[in-house]
Amino acid sequence: MIDTLLLPFQFPFMQQAFVIAILVAAPMGLLSSFLILKGWSLMGDAISHAVLPGVVLAYVAGLPLAIGAFGAGMFCALAVGFLRENSRVKEDTVMGVVFSGMFGLGIVMFSMIESELHLLHVLFGNILGVTWGDVAETGVIALIALGFVGLLRRDLLLHAFDAQHARAIGLPVRFYHYGLLAVLSLTIVGALKAVGIILAIAMLIAPGAIAFLVTRRFEAMLAVAVSVAVGCAFLGVYLSFFIDSAPAPTIVVLMTLVFVAAFAWSQMRAAPASPRSAHDEAGA
Amino acid sequence: MNVAAEKSLSMQAGASSAGLDVRNVTVTYRNGQAALVDAGFSIPRGTITALVGVNGSGKSTLFKAIMGFVPLATGSVSIMGEPAGRALRRNVVAYVPQAEEVDWNFPILVEDVVMMGRYGHMNFLRIASANDRRMVDEALERVGMSGFRKRQIGELSGGQKKRVFLARALAQEGQVILLDEPFTGVDVTTEEAIIALLRSLRDEGRLMLVSTHNLGSVPEFCDRAVLLNRTVLAAGPTNEVFTRPNLEAAFGGVLRHFVLGGPVLHDDEDGRELTVLTDDERPFVLYGDKAQSSSGPADAEDNAAARGDDPQ
Repeated sequence: MIDTLLLPFQFPFMQQAFVIAILVAAPMGLLSSFLILKGWSLMGDAISHAVLPGVVLAYVAGLPLAIGAFGAGMFCALAVGFLRENSRVKEDTVMGVVFSGMFGLGIVMFSMIESELHLLHVLFGNILGVTWGDVAETGVIALIALGFVGLLRRDLLLHAFDAQHARAIGLPVRFYHYGLLAVLSLTIVGALKAVGIILAIAMLIAPGAIAFLVTRRFEAMLAVAVSVAVGCAFLGVYLSFFIDSAPAPTIVVLMTLVFVAAFAWSQMRAAPASPRSAHDEAGA
Repeated sequence: MNVAAEKSLSMQAGASSAGLDVRNVTVTYRNGQAALVDAGFSIPRGTITALVGVNGSGKSTLFKAIMGFVPLATGSVSIMGEPAGRALRRNVVAYVPQAEEVDWNFPILVEDVVMMGRYGHMNFLRIASANDRRMVDEALERVGMSGFRKRQIGELSGGQKKRVFLARALAQEGQVILLDEPFTGVDVTTEEAIIALLRSLRDEGRLMLVSTHNLGSVPEFCDRAVLLNRTVLAAGPTNEVFTRPNLEAAFGGVLRHFVLGGPVLHDDEDGRELTVLTDDERPFVLYGDKAQSSSGPADAEDNAAARGDDPQ
């Protein structure tokens, strides 16, 4: 029995899968809290689609795919910012235009070149086929992202909560804005090999959304988001071994289940809480 | 006092004062539309100044110009005798936002918001020192919100929300406090409490610039007023600036406007008329051509009683 339960840990490809899943999930969980609070969920969506032409270009040029992906991701983020500031069109509309355009361009370019790249692997990841080199690359990206967001979390929260106050006390708000965009692009690049660009979106949104539902304090929200992301990543890879499914979609399904549970819990908690707060209000 | 004379007077005062000095400020938006044209006024320390004008008259733009958020096409802003940028870095300017600008669903507690006022005084990791925590305690105590410090901000009433952001300005030790519509959605009791707090801050030598639609309370608690409509129409002591011609110039036909006089008001030969100007719940009342202004709390009560009388 114990042997069966420990079986997944005995294969090198499973060990790599566990490690890279956690390395992808931890920074994404942390980042997702900020995306939720800033209303940037769609930005994660946009950037992850937009990296595709960068990946193809880097492949053609013989560069590391991560460099092309990062360049394309930043291009998308900056183009969205530029178009929003210089036109009457709203941000969500601009994002829709930019990312679908870049995604389409990526698919066109992909079909034009002869390649050993598998489109499905770029889109959905191939977590069981990663190398220790991939794991190391993702690890470095995770360290940078966790460092940036972790150290500056209070300023980033203030920036999301009240940018006017942040500026009024002289904080470098432009640096936070573009820094967060760069780290977002970087984390998506780190997730490319393991979960692919489509499923990365789920990992960038679900943990933050779950944490937002069940916490009322920011530090707790970060802790819950990272725990949910890492927990689901680990469990998803583990379960996929036994039910013979692809690990990345299994992780996403688990996160969605946790979201549904969190939603149900928050609804049940909200019901008896309202008379209590009304009473407190009267006593104030 | 006519508008041109008032303007030149405020320019002269600006030369000597080390409070807030706005000179010839023009702000033009990207689409070429001018939001402010050649706006100028100056305010000494230890005063409460009302910023009054119709929606779209440039009140928010003026706040942004003071805080350096929008580029100035012409002109300059100096705060406590320093250029705006340096004053901001020294944490001199505190901003109390409109309630609508805040996302009240944020997972953040009352004490966290107030602690944000201390960020400019901390190192880049924003780790609170004992002094920071003491300043937060004192600020919460002063606005009467100590009992609510562990509340999530969405769990507060409208007036309590305002007081949290005032506490943040106190914790920041801001010497120039900009308040954007602090009385919107606030009950009269809380309004009185906020006014009392602003008075005590004035007595400490701080400078407050308050944008408001509550014309009636302006003469009651504001020492000075700035009337704005794309440019500064008038600026100076409230009893000089808050006159019927100036207000009509600032608001055009936007205000509700009643004139009562003659037999409707009295049986004798008194020729004076009662004028009520309002764009909010609390009307501004003139008797004859003089504003019913007051500065002390006793006068304020008289005024409140006068307002209670039904003009019908």
